[in-house]
Amino acid sequence: MSSSITDVGPIPATRTPGGAARPDRKARGTLLVGIIAWLVGLLFIVPVAWMLLTSLHSEADAATNPPSVFAPLTLQGYQEYFGSNPWPSLLNSLTASLLSTVLVLLLAIPAAYALSIRPVRKWTDVMFFFLSTKMLPVVAGLLPLYLFAQWSHLLDNIWYLLILYTAMNLPIAVWMMRSFLAEVPVEMLEAASVDGAGLIRTLREIVAPVVAPGIAATSLICFIFSWNELLFARVLTATRAQTAPVFLTGFVTSQGLFLAKVCAASIVVSLPVLIAGFAAQDKLVQGLSLGAVK
Amino acid sequence: MSVAVGSGRHSGAVGGTATVRRTPRRSGDWQRRAPLLPALIFTIILTQLPFVATLAISFMDWNAYYPDERSFAGFANFRRVFTDVNIRHSVWVTIELTVVVVLVSLVLGMLIALLLDRKFAGRGAVRTMMIAPFLVVPVAASLVWKHAILNPVYGLINGIITAIWHLFGSSNPPQPDWISSFPLQSVELVLIWQWTPFMMLILLAGLQSRPLDVVEAARIDGAGAWQIFRYMTFPHLRQYLELAALLGSIYIVQTFDPVFVITSGGLGTANLPYTIYETFYQAHDYGLASAAGVVVVIGTIIIATFALRTVSTLFREEAR
Repeated sequence: MSSSITDVGPIPATRTPGGAARPDRKARGTLLVGIIAWLVGLLFIVPVAWMLLTSLHSEADAATNPPSVFAPLTLQGYQEYFGSNPWPSLLNSLTASLLSTVLVLLLAIPAAYALSIRPVRKWTDVMFFFLSTKMLPVVAGLLPLYLFAQWSHLLDNIWYLLILYTAMNLPIAVWMMRSFLAEVPVEMLEAASVDGAGLIRTLREIVAPVVAPGIAATSLICFIFSWNELLFARVLTATRAQTAPVFLTGFVTSQGLFLAKVCAASIVVSLPVLIAGFAAQDKLVQGLSLGAVK
Repeated sequence: MSVAVGSGRHSGAVGGTATVRRTPRRSGDWQRRAPLLPALIFTIILTQLPFVATLAISFMDWNAYYPDERSFAGFANFRRVFTDVNIRHSVWVTIELTVVVVLVSLVLGMLIALLLDRKFAGRGAVRTMMIAPFLVVPVAASLVWKHAILNPVYGLINGIITAIWHLFGSSNPPQPDWISSFPLQSVELVLIWQWTPFMMLILLAGLQSRPLDVVEAARIDGAGAWQIFRYMTFPHLRQYLELAALLGSIYIVQTFDPVFVITSGGLGTANLPYTIYETFYQAHDYGLASAAGVVVVIGTIIIATFALRTVSTLFREEAR
């Protein structure tokens, strides 16, 4: 039985369970499975659906008990969110997430190359060093990073946050990229070196095309984790460099009705992640398992 | 892959004995290491140096409110860590939170993965619906659960209770204050809702990599559904369960967002990340926060050693 964790294909959309011995019982079983699965799926989507519906209600309709499910729809919540000038925070999040993802790839791909295709000695030790940094709680290193920022006037600076997000995601990216680069056929590389291709050219022309899907999965995960991050952003930024999640937490302090506004803001902030995640569902699995599941 | 590893190891061993060829081999080594160094140095500077600084600060009496009274404190901060009721309590909260969330979402994730492994109408749609909770930004998820779902006055749950009670003609429905009555469970509920899809995705990938012909053969030989699960599916899933549990633990141990948003660490829900954040960011007790950080790191290293052993088993299988 081949139980290696790597020989998993992309998740097939359908798989026919074989054996059609008792069609009647089987059909009923399939129906039952379908009904249960749909109920469970609906249960998990209800909070998201409720968030969307509430974001489209007026504040008065959003705060009724029992809930006014069929109240008229309005974009008031979204107007209020965008009226409170969220653009700097959204732009900061986008800058930190996109640029740190690029930086992570620039650092991780050569490193993964040196850990798989032309491995350094004791490459497994290096891999475990990277993984172990991920296990150390970030709070334990937060104070020195804060004091350093204070000392070097980097507090409330999106570039400092960007560098920290790069460090946060780099170990994950190295693990993922190594597992993808490990699939590059070595013969192709040998042929390239016979042709006299240098390191950069080999990387660009032979390795990159083969591992492009891996780069996509890595980028997706790094983007999501940077976009979602709250603790660093909360401690190290104030008004100028605050990110979208930090801006969101400041939304609730106002008294009175705010439910529709908060739901609208939550939808807007989650939208990039929802779109990216739905668009690349199979990449999501690869990424979350650090490339162990392909 | 395994070829490349084998030859690398082999030439390394030979290089150690053949002194004549050492110089060119060494330069070859550095050529191999060069692409690795930027990432390695970057990671060491940004993840290891701060810990060294934390270690140094943990031996200091340093409160930002009294900047002139900074002095060497010896082990005083560590004594406070082990005697401080709040910190001791947050250790238990961290353990309970992690164990409950990982176990429940792992079991739920497995059951749902088993459902989604079967064929039924709209399977793709259900899978997409299941993934959604994981894709909601954690802060947003916590805010929505706190204000739009669990709120005692206008939350969805109490709203549904009211609607059902009205349906039966009762005008006096129970309206429990969920977060005040079950603070830690509320945090756990939000985390389970977000992490079950994660577990499900990894386990579903594991299920779909099962060798179907063997399962088929067993079914023809008269094995029941439970027998197939117990003796074939489960052993195959084991390494996926381990992987999902390990990765989930790494992230859930560090939970900050829902504690910060839902209870602000009140009502006995402060876990270690939140307590350290509070000690340093609000109480400005840098020495104590650092000592707590050092203790957490030591605890993590002990647990991580076991966890890494699990990964290295998986890893060896993969590198084979």
